[in-house]
Amino acid sequence: MEYRLELKNVSKSFGEVQALENINFQLGRNEIVGLLGDNGAGKSTLIKIITGYYQPTSGEIYFNGKKVDHLSVPKARELGVETVYQERALAELQTLWRNIFLGRELCNSLGFLDIQRMRDETHRLMTQSMGFTSSAISPDSHVGQYSGGEKQGVAIVRALFFDADIIVLDEPTMGLSLKETAILVNFVNSIKKAGKSAIFIDHNILHVYNVADRVVVIDRGKVAGEFLTKNIGLNELMDKMVHVAESGKLE
Amino acid sequence: MNSQTNANAPEVIQHYKEPFNFRRFIRANSAQLGILGVLIVLWIIFIISAPRTFLAPDIYSAFMATIPFFAIMAIPLTIIVIAAEMDLSFPSIMVMGMVAFSWVYNVTAFLHNATIQVFLAIVAALITGTIIGWLNGFIIVKFGIPSLVVTIGTQFLWRGADLVLTQGANFSLEYVKPTFFYPLFVGTIDKYFPMQFLWFIVIAILGWVVLNRHRFGAHIYLIGDNINSAELMGVDTGRTRIQAFMLVGLVSAFAGILASFYVTYFWPSMGDGYLLQTLASVFLGGTSVFGGVGTILGTFIGALIIGAIEAATVAAGLTGFWTQFIYGLIIVLSVIMHTYLRKRGE
Repeated sequence: MEYRLELKNVSKSFGEVQALENINFQLGRNEIVGLLGDNGAGKSTLIKIITGYYQPTSGEIYFNGKKVDHLSVPKARELGVETVYQERALAELQTLWRNIFLGRELCNSLGFLDIQRMRDETHRLMTQSMGFTSSAISPDSHVGQYSGGEKQGVAIVRALFFDADIIVLDEPTMGLSLKETAILVNFVNSIKKAGKSAIFIDHNILHVYNVADRVVVIDRGKVAGEFLTKNIGLNELMDKMVHVAESGKLE
Repeated sequence: MNSQTNANAPEVIQHYKEPFNFRRFIRANSAQLGILGVLIVLWIIFIISAPRTFLAPDIYSAFMATIPFFAIMAIPLTIIVIAAEMDLSFPSIMVMGMVAFSWVYNVTAFLHNATIQVFLAIVAALITGTIIGWLNGFIIVKFGIPSLVVTIGTQFLWRGADLVLTQGANFSLEYVKPTFFYPLFVGTIDKYFPMQFLWFIVIAILGWVVLNRHRFGAHIYLIGDNINSAELMGVDTGRTRIQAFMLVGLVSAFAGILASFYVTYFWPSMGDGYLLQTLASVFLGGTSVFGGVGTILGTFIGALIIGAIEAATVAAGLTGFWTQFIYGLIIVLSVIMHTYLRKRGE
C-alpha cells in the first residue's frame, strides 16, 4: 500500500545536538497517528521536517510514494500539508482575514490582492466553521484581541480552509477550555470521516488515545515503538510511556 | 466545527460588507486622524502667528519645492520600518547614485547627445541605488545582523566611497538643463506647482498600492508583526526584506537625482541633513518602531509637518534658533499621542 507520507531514515542534527536519529515514519490514507513523547524528545523537530520548515540532515521524504527533495514550507503546503503549530503562528497586530490567508494570499497573476474575496471567505468560515458569534470578531478585527481558544480556532480553521490532505496538529489543546477541547477532538474525528489524514501531538495521552488509530512513541530522537490503539488499553499505554521516559526502552 | 447547521445552505457567495460604524472608523484610523489633527492645529497656529505669510500662496509653492527631497525617501523607509527593520544608509545612497550618474555622463561623452547621455546616467543612478539596497538586504538577511548595525556601517562605507571617488569635488550639472528631464523632474506647472512634489505624490500612491494591495505589502506587515509566524506559514521573509531594502535604494537614488537637478549641482555631502528629517517623518506618521503597524498616509502628513516647521518658525517671527526646539517638541508630543492611541485601539 502506498502511504500518504513516509519518512525513511530521517536524521536531523543542530550542530552537535542530534535531535532525530534514523526516524522511519509512515502515515496512511485516512489514518490519524498520534505522536507521543516527553519534552525534547524530538516531536516538534519531526513535525517541522514534515512541514518543510527544517531540512533533514539525511534521509528521504516520500509523498504519495514519490520522493520529494528540498521540501520547503510552500512546497509542503502545495503537497497538501497544513499545520496547526504549537505557537499558533498568528500575526496578532493584523486583521483576521490577513491571518486566515497568511502566506497564501489570494491574488491575481501580478500579485495584487483580492481583498474582497478574502474578506468574504473569512466571514463564511467565521460563521459556518468556527462558530464565532461574538460581535467583536469580524474579518477586520485584530487577532490580538481574541481569547486563547478563539486564536486556536483561527489556526485550526486556517488549516482546514486550504483543502489539506494531511493535517498536522502540534499541541492543539494547549490553553483551551474543556468545551473548546471537546470541539477540537470532534474536529479531529471529522478529519478522518472526510477521508484525510492527520498527525496529532499532545501532552495529554487521553486525547491522543481517543482520536488516534495508531500511536508512535518517540524518545531521545528515536522511534521507541508504535501501537495500534485498538490493540492496547489506555492504562497499559500510560505504563509504557512512564517506562520509556525512565529507561529509554519500551520493554 | 458546527457545520451541521449550515449543511443544507445553498452555495451562494455572500459578499461580506462591514456595516459602517463611525466609532470603529475612528478607531481603525486613529493614527492617521491623529497626525492629520496635529497638522491642522499647527497650520492654524501658523496662520494666526503669521497671517500675511500663510494666507498667501507663495509659501506653499516653496514648501512643495523643498519637502520632496527628503519626503520621497520616507515612503520606502515606512515599508522598512513596518517590516521591523531600519535603514540609515539612504543619504549615502542618494549621493552614490549621483556619483554613478556623473561617471556615466562623462564616459558617454562620445555620443554627443546630452539627452541620451542624461537618460543613461539616470538609469545608472537608479541601478546603483538598487544594487546598494540589495547589498544592504543581502548582508542583513544572509548573515543575520540587525539592519540598524549593518546600515550604520554601509552609511559610512558609501559616503566614504563617494568622497574617495570624487576626491571631495563639487561640480556643476548645468548640462541637464537643456534636456527634457530637467522640466520633467524639477520644473513647475503654471510657475507654481513644482514637479518634484508631483513625483512625491506619485511615489506615495505607488507605495500605498504596494503596501496595501499587493502580496509584497501583506508580507511586509506579517514579517514586522511576527517574523516567526510568517516563516512557519511559508512567507519568504529573506527575499521580501531584501526587496524592501532595494526599494529604499532605488527611491533614494531618485531623490538624489531630484535634489541635484534642482540646484544643477553635485556636492559630495548631499543628503547629510536628511537622515533625521526622513526618519522623523516616518515616526511622526505613526509607524511603530516595533513593526507590523504603519501607514503611507501618516508618513505623507508627517513629512509635510517636518518640512513646514522650519519656514514657519521663521515666518512666525522667532529666530532660526527655535527650529530644532520646536521640531523636538512636536516629535515628542506626536509620538506620545501615537502610543496612547495605539494602546486605546487594542
